[in-house]
Amino acid sequence: MLDLAGRPPVAEVPAVRRPKAPRLLWALGTLVVVPALIPIVYLLYVVLQPGGFDVGGFTSARLLELAGNTALLTITVTATTAVLGIATAWLTTRTDLPRARLWSTLVTIPLVIPSYVGALAILAATGNSGLLTQTLQALGLPGLPVAEGFWPSWLALSLWNFSFVHLLTVPVLKRLDPALEEVARGLGSSRWKTLFTVVLPQLRPALAASSLLVALYVLSEFGAVSMLRFDTFTRAVYTQWTGRLDPGPALFLAGLLSMGALVIIVFQQRARGKAALYSNRPARKPRLHRLTSGERMGARIFLGSIVTFALVVPIATMLWWTVRGMSLGNTPLTVGPHAARSVFISVTAAAVITVAAIPIAILAVRYRSKLVYLLESVAWVTYSLPHLAVGLAFLVLGVGMFRPVYQTLIMLIIVYLAMFLPLSLASVEAGMRRVGPGLEEVSRSLGVGSWGTMRRVTLPIVRRSMLAGAALVFLSVMKELPATLLLRPTGFDTLPVRIWSATNELFYTQASFAALGLIAVSILPVYFFVVRDIHD
Amino acid sequence: MRRIAALALATILVATACTTGGANPTTTFAGPMTTTTEGQGSSTTVPPTTELILYSGRNENFVKPVVDAFTAATGIQVRVRYGDGTSDLASTILNEGETTNADLFWSQDPAWIGAVGDRGLLATLPDDVLSLVDAAYRDADGQWVGVTARSRVFVYNPNLVSEDELPSSVKELTDPKWSGRIALAPGNASFVSFVSAMELVEGPDATLEWLEGMAANDIRTYSGNGAILNAVAAGDVHAGLINHYYLLQAQANQGSVNAVNHYLAPGDLGALVMATGVGVLEPSRNKTAAFEFIRFLLAAEAQAHFVDNLFEYGLIEGAPTPLGQKPLAELQGPDINQSDLASHLDSAVTLITRAGLN
Repeated sequence: MLDLAGRPPVAEVPAVRRPKAPRLLWALGTLVVVPALIPIVYLLYVVLQPGGFDVGGFTSARLLELAGNTALLTITVTATTAVLGIATAWLTTRTDLPRARLWSTLVTIPLVIPSYVGALAILAATGNSGLLTQTLQALGLPGLPVAEGFWPSWLALSLWNFSFVHLLTVPVLKRLDPALEEVARGLGSSRWKTLFTVVLPQLRPALAASSLLVALYVLSEFGAVSMLRFDTFTRAVYTQWTGRLDPGPALFLAGLLSMGALVIIVFQQRARGKAALYSNRPARKPRLHRLTSGERMGARIFLGSIVTFALVVPIATMLWWTVRGMSLGNTPLTVGPHAARSVFISVTAAAVITVAAIPIAILAVRYRSKLVYLLESVAWVTYSLPHLAVGLAFLVLGVGMFRPVYQTLIMLIIVYLAMFLPLSLASVEAGMRRVGPGLEEVSRSLGVGSWGTMRRVTLPIVRRSMLAGAALVFLSVMKELPATLLLRPTGFDTLPVRIWSATNELFYTQASFAALGLIAVSILPVYFFVVRDIHD
Repeated sequence: MRRIAALALATILVATACTTGGANPTTTFAGPMTTTTEGQGSSTTVPPTTELILYSGRNENFVKPVVDAFTAATGIQVRVRYGDGTSDLASTILNEGETTNADLFWSQDPAWIGAVGDRGLLATLPDDVLSLVDAAYRDADGQWVGVTARSRVFVYNPNLVSEDELPSSVKELTDPKWSGRIALAPGNASFVSFVSAMELVEGPDATLEWLEGMAANDIRTYSGNGAILNAVAAGDVHAGLINHYYLLQAQANQGSVNAVNHYLAPGDLGALVMATGVGVLEPSRNKTAAFEFIRFLLAAEAQAHFVDNLFEYGLIEGAPTPLGQKPLAELQGPDINQSDLASHLDSAVTLITRAGLN
C-alpha cells in the first residue's frame, strides 16, 4: 500500500528498550545513505566556504524578486494541488458518483506526464498559431494569447502535480473509521459540517506529506518555467550554469536554493500534526455521501474538465504535432532506443533502490532510535534538493571522487539512489508496519532464523508496498532530466533527454513523438502497481 | 492482471537488455583503414577498434547523419554526448580537465571552444586541416577550426514592422519606438557570444548601458532562438535577435513562415558572423582518428549537408551558399578575432545578469 504519509515523527520513539539491531543491518543501512550525504555536505561547503559568496552579477533586489516568484509559485501550486487532490479523492471515494473508480484512475494518470511536457503542450496550444487558438477561431471565438508568465506556470505545475495529493489521500479516506462521522452526524452536525470538521482534519498527515512532495518539486522545477517564461530561482541557477564557464555562481545559488528546501522540510514537520485517527483494521465501509442530481452534474463537470486539461489536451496536442510533422515529411528520429534505455535504467534503479531501502526500513520499524531517524532524515533532505543542484554536485565531485565510475551507469544509479531512496523507504516502511512483531516471533519460536523469517514471513506481506514504492521510483527516474543530462554515460540518451533537446530547438514533432513514448512506457507500471493498489 | 503486468515488465527488461548494448559498441566490422596526414608527411593506420568520443554542442538532428556517414566511410565508431547546448559541455570538459573522456569537442560557437583551448586542453591541429579554412574562421593558435558559420540577424514579422523602420544597428533598438516589440534570448549561448563581442569591441560600460537600455525598453525574453522565431512568425512579438538559419530551417520544414531575416549594417555588432568550431582534446589517445573526423567535416560532402539541411555557411573553399542568401564574403560583421571572444564569456553573463535580463 502506498503510504508516504506513514512515517511517524521522531516523538513516537518509545522509551521502552528495544532489542539491539544486528551490526550488519546498521552497516548496510548506513552504506545506502552515503550517496545522499554527499551532495548535502558539498552544497553546504560551497555556501559556507570563505570567499565562496558569488551570485554572478545578480543584484540582491533581483535575487529577492526571483525568490519571491519562487515562493509565490510554490505556495499557490501547493494550495491548488491540495484543493484539487482532496476534492477528486473525496468525490471518487466517499460519494455515490457513478464510475468513481474510473474517474479516480483518470485523474491519477496525469502523474506520467512530466510538467515540461505539459508546458510544451500549453505552448503549442496557445498563441496565434496554437492548436486551441485555431480551434476557437474556427468556431468564431477569439483566440488565446501566447501563454507566458505566472498563470500558465501555475496551471502547468498544478495540473501535473495534483495527482500526488489524490494518490496519497484516497487510501486514507478509504480507511477512516466511519464511527467518528456517524457520531458527529448523530450529534446533529450537518453533512458538510461533518466533512470539514471531522473528515478533513484527519487528512492532515497525508496532505502534509503530499504537499511536501509538490512544494519541493515546484521549488526545483526549471523546464516548465523556462518554457513558460516565469523567472524563478531555479531558472536562475540554470542560466548561470549554462551561461558561464565558472560553475561557482550556479553552485552557490543551488546551495541557497537547497537551504530553501530545508526550510520547507522543517515547516512540513511542524505542519503534519498528529497521526490520523484511522485504524489499520479493515474498517466498516463508510456510508457514501449521496449526491443530488445537481451535485452529480457539478462533480462530472469538475472531474471532466480536470481530465480534459491534464490528460486529453496534452496527449491530443502531442498527437497533432506528431501527425502534422509527419504529413509535412519530417520523419522523427527513432525513439525506440531512447525508450529502451529509459526503461532499462528506470527498472534497474527501481530494483536497486527498493532493495537498498530494506535495511533502513527494518531498522526504522523494528529497532527505531534517534540514529535511524538521522539516517532517514539524510535521505529525505537529499530527496528534497533540486535535481539540478544534486547533479551539479555529483558532476563536480565525480571527476575527483568517482573517476572509475564517472559517466557510467553505476554513477547514474548512485545518483538516483541519493535522490529517490525515500520514495521506496516510505512504502517499504508502511508495509513493514503492518507485519506485527508477533508474527515474526511465532516464526522464530518455530525454529526459523532471522533471515528465514524475513524471507518467508515479512517479505511476502510487504511485497505489495515494495512494488508500489518501486513503481514510484521507476516513474521518477523515467521523468528525471537535469541530473541524467549531466551524468549519463556518453551516448546513453533517455527519453527526457531527447524531449528536452528537441524542445530546445523547437522540433515539436520530435519532442511530441518522444513525449508520447514516455507516456506510453510509464503508464503500465503506474497503473498496475500504484493506481490499482489504492482502490484495493 | 498483475501477472500480465509482471510479464510485460519482464518482456521490456529482456528487450532492453538486448538493445542497450547499442550504447556500448564493442565490435566494428570494418577493416583497417589507412589515412594520409599530409601535414606531417607520414602515413598512419587507424586501428579498426578505435572508438571516438565526441562532445557535441550541436543538435543530434544535424550531427547524427554526418557521424553515421563518417562511420560508414571509415569504420571508426563515434559515440556522441549531446549537451543541453554548447556551454554545459564546455563546462563539463573544463571540470574533467586532463582526465576528460572526450576526444573531440564540436562547439556551436567560437567562444566556448576558445575557452577550452585557453585552458590548454586542445591539441594543435595539423596544417592540412587548418589550411582548409580561411584564417578568419579558425583559432589563431591552430587549436580549433571552424566548420560552418552563422550570422546574427534581426528577424521581423512583415505585418508588424515596415521596411522603412528597419534598424541598421542593434544600438537603435533601445529607442522607445521599439518598446515592447523586441524579443531576446538572454540565456542562449549565441546571445552570450554576441554580448561578449560587444564587450570586446566597446568595453563593459557601453555594453551594460545597451543591455540596460534594452531591459528598460520592455524587451521580451525567450528561452531560445527557435522560440523567438515562432513568436515573431505568430505575431506574438514584432521582431527579435537570432541567428540567420532558424528562419530558413523553419521554411524548409513548414513551408511558408511569416517572418523575414534582416541583416544589420556591415560592421555592426548585430551583424556578427560566428564560426561553429571543432577541436581535438589534448589528453585524447585517438588523435589520428579525431583529425580524420575533422577532415571529414571539412570535406565537400559534409559541407554540402550543412548548407543544404542546416542553411549555415560552409567554410571550405568553393562551399555553396545557402539558398537565397548573400555569399559569406559579403557578410561583414564587426572586426574581431573569433578566438578573442572566450575571455569575455563570464563577464558577458555577469553584465546580462546585472542588467536584470537573467
